[in-house]
Amino acid sequence: MSVSPTHKPRRVVVTGLGATTPVGGTAPQTWEALVAGRSGVRTLTQDWVAEHELPVTFAGSVHTSPADVLAKVEVRRNDPSGQYALVAAREAWADAGSPEVEPERLGVAVGSGIGGVWTLLTQWEVLKEKGPRRVFPLTVPMLMPNGPAAAVSLDLSARAGAHCPVSACASGAEGMGLALDMIRDGRADVMVAGGTEAAIHPLPIAAFASMTALSTRNDEPERASRPYDVDRDGFVIAEGAGLMVLEAEEHARARGARIYAEIVGVGTSSDAYHITAGHPEGEGAARAMTEALTDGGLSVEDIVHINAHATSTPVGDLAETRAIHRAFGARTGDIAVTATKSMTGHLLGAAGALEAVLTVQALHHRQVPPTINLENMDPEIDLDVVTGGPRALGDGDLAALNNAFGFGGVNVALAFRTWS
Amino acid sequence: MALSEQEILSGLAEIVNEETGLEPDEVQMDKSFTDDLDIDSLSMMTIVVNAEDKFGVRIPDDEVKNLTHVRDAVSYIANNQG
Repeated sequence: MSVSPTHKPRRVVVTGLGATTPVGGTAPQTWEALVAGRSGVRTLTQDWVAEHELPVTFAGSVHTSPADVLAKVEVRRNDPSGQYALVAAREAWADAGSPEVEPERLGVAVGSGIGGVWTLLTQWEVLKEKGPRRVFPLTVPMLMPNGPAAAVSLDLSARAGAHCPVSACASGAEGMGLALDMIRDGRADVMVAGGTEAAIHPLPIAAFASMTALSTRNDEPERASRPYDVDRDGFVIAEGAGLMVLEAEEHARARGARIYAEIVGVGTSSDAYHITAGHPEGEGAARAMTEALTDGGLSVEDIVHINAHATSTPVGDLAETRAIHRAFGARTGDIAVTATKSMTGHLLGAAGALEAVLTVQALHHRQVPPTINLENMDPEIDLDVVTGGPRALGDGDLAALNNAFGFGGVNVALAFRTWS
Repeated sequence: MALSEQEILSGLAEIVNEETGLEPDEVQMDKSFTDDLDIDSLSMMTIVVNAEDKFGVRIPDDEVKNLTHVRDAVSYIANNQG
């Protein structure tokens, strides 16, 4: 492999994984479900769906309620987005072996696309119905987007920083990129990084539906998220969190930590093209991918797998396909691409983080989970999409990319390598 | 019918448990909300509002700062219940 591992002063490795998603309450449960091709998208049973006559009646809700995992007080004092972050952070931290680290050398970067929308709108109702004295005193820290990052920081006594990148559906991936940079720059030795989102609420659903971004396949929810399929009609809103423990290589080695993979590069760009639509030729997305490769000392030949952003919108999947072509040229057909949103739905600000976790798991297990619901490939899309079951990756030193794009024209690509 | 101080204490302990997770039997008359029970001012406001609902009393914001110990809150509620 044409890799120069010493391109930056410090190497950064992944030592812990955590996730709470529509298909599982933990990262391993999530992985197992996705390899088996199981969808977590279901018809919503809440009264508010009919009450507001929502045009979309399904979503990817978390598989395991945080109330089953957290103390009652933690549930009361955190917005659902903070609850999911806490659940995933504790899993990742325990999975990493609860590293001994100076609090001043431990940081947090947990992105969120929308923030505490449940808290905001629930407390607005309290204000209207019961008056200002009944508004919950923790409303502001619960609704602020950095509430989850702060909650994780408090929980782990992380004092090197508690950051919350906000870039819509790229937020979680930006969190990981920021964590990578903080460790490489020597500002922290260990980071808990990723993203969280809890926006299955009538207002975001109505708003996304109003812009015709959501699939309306109400009669077949499990088949609604169908990236690359010619009949795809929008994304499926979902929720959850994905977090990792990232660690300076020497720190992980010194304590004999189990290492899943190395995070080697991050690329970011902005389209400056349209507030919601990505550049139709994927110009900015391609630059982000190329930058992630360069940053990671990788060449296009090194990448064997991409966990694509692929949300199942007609325009977005096509633009990303063009971006991959732009970045990888003749190598495009050799890359095993998958769109796990076909099973999880779109976790918005947590999507990039969850899919980064899945990319690490793919390298660790040397296996790519399938894309489901791909029955008739869009003739304009000519990627090697993994369908029909998981696909084994080869032996040796392998590298993979994860893409995450967000409203506002934000593009983030993260590059990972196997560790041996 | 007016509630006894013991009944008020028991009801208050339930509210404190709901808000903080503290075991109800830790909420005793001689305990300080801040020093013994580690209840901050934000949690105290929620406890006050919930106590107002539960016991049908009004506890003005100016009064809350005087309720430093559990006994103060129980006495205030006992003396002001409707």
